[in-house]
Amino acid sequence: MIRYLEKIGKNTIWVLEDLGRMGAFLVFGLGGVFKRPFRFSAMIRQVRLIGANSFWVIFFIAGFTGMVLGLQGYYTLRKFGSEGALGSAVSLSLIRELGPVLTALMVTGRAGSAMCAEIGIMRNSEQLDALECMAIDPFRYLITPKFLATIISVPILTLFFNVVGIFGGYLAGCGLLGVNPGAYWAGMEQSVVNQDINMGIIKSFVFALVIVWVCTGRGYFVHVIRGAGFGAEGVSKVTTQAVVLSSIAILICDYLLTAILL
Amino acid sequence: MSQVIVQFKDVVKSFGEQTILDKVNLTINSGKTTVIAGPSGQGKSVTMKLILGLLRPDSGQILVGGQDITKMRLKALNEVRTKFGVLFQGSALLDSLTVFANVALPLEERTRLGSEEIRERVLAILAQLGLTGHEEKYPAQLSGGMRKRVGLARALMLQPEIMLFDEPTTGLDPENSLEIYKLFLETQKKFGYTSIIVSHDIPKIFNLADQVILVNKGKLTTFASPEDIQQSEIPEIQAFVQYTMGNIYLSREME
Repeated sequence: MIRYLEKIGKNTIWVLEDLGRMGAFLVFGLGGVFKRPFRFSAMIRQVRLIGANSFWVIFFIAGFTGMVLGLQGYYTLRKFGSEGALGSAVSLSLIRELGPVLTALMVTGRAGSAMCAEIGIMRNSEQLDALECMAIDPFRYLITPKFLATIISVPILTLFFNVVGIFGGYLAGCGLLGVNPGAYWAGMEQSVVNQDINMGIIKSFVFALVIVWVCTGRGYFVHVIRGAGFGAEGVSKVTTQAVVLSSIAILICDYLLTAILL
Repeated sequence: MSQVIVQFKDVVKSFGEQTILDKVNLTINSGKTTVIAGPSGQGKSVTMKLILGLLRPDSGQILVGGQDITKMRLKALNEVRTKFGVLFQGSALLDSLTVFANVALPLEERTRLGSEEIRERVLAILAQLGLTGHEEKYPAQLSGGMRKRVGLARALMLQPEIMLFDEPTTGLDPENSLEIYKLFLETQKKFGYTSIIVSHDIPKIFNLADQVILVNKGKLTTFASPEDIQQSEIPEIQAFVQYTMGNIYLSREME
């Protein structure tokens, strides 16, 4: 019994320590914005890596998501004789939910894992220690540009996802299934209000912060994460952990934000 | 008489329930070469990280240039760190940057020099360390010995007062090891830095040492010469001497 309680106590302390570390990491990561000199060119490079290089992935996923929504929506709405509401159904689903969530999950898988592995390898090969020894703040030099680039890229990618998805729905609904194009666009125009767009944008900002925080943070602390192991195996385990944790966190935040913002 | 540049006063450092350093004291004088040696896992690297402020002790004081770094805020600590140059065991070069960018990094980040002057200085030190023609290569394209030389060039860019070498010859063949020792002697003569060398390369490394610190079971013992180590009556140190040097090593003249 005592051993069992001891184990619970140890685990609780470890979780609290980890939360504290990650909390401090978030503060330092964001605080790097105020440290000079600001590394603008590094941030732009990261925007290219995280944002611009995700263009085609987002394009195809958004296109086919929109087309599937068009198909599913058409057959469901036809039962009620309201095919004309397809534009409204597709656009609201994308703008409020699927756009921000699927974009965030894609960025987590594509860029989040890469960021985690990069920082983890830098930690293991003492590159982060070397920066500190040269009195170069690793947050200002390395982490903050990634924070800002993700926060800039994810909302733009989300908006792009929404636009491509809505055209995908149009292609499936109007191009293949014969829904009236005028009704599709009119339905969208009438049902989508500013609040929906704001909700999507707020979600994408929060998701961006979650992705970059969890993924860079796990990489940064690869040497102290319990059970991660060492070397290449440690980095691979922590990268998997970062992707899983940030995906779960995105879905939890999605629910909470929807509940608050609706 | 040289000044004390690094001093530990009753320093304790533990990880979990394991005490790595237990109330240790050490003194390192400026302009001298101190070798920190001892069995693996006994706290050599921890000692180095404590000197650099990468780890904080549980208790005790660590004075660098007379300033206690244990309670310093990051900004003040970064000022103290500018006194140090470090050559890491694996060189710790930023692997996404070229040789040139790696060596230029401290100047770009820590000084306000123009790009032309940075270029001149970097090319000069690369030439000095025999790295001309390798400026655009990435660390992964270099041999272990060359990576060490690039690491040394980067560490020397800001003309440090104190150079720390973490296992400078580990993983190198005898020829490259000798090359690193030669470079060490040349650069120390030129820049006049105090050096602290953490090394396994015993007894060869003792030829460079003005004093030797042995780390064993949480304690640091300072010796003025390798001969003093051999004459130590501490059983653990006797065992270490027997294991690393055998009976034949008597003095540096024999080398």
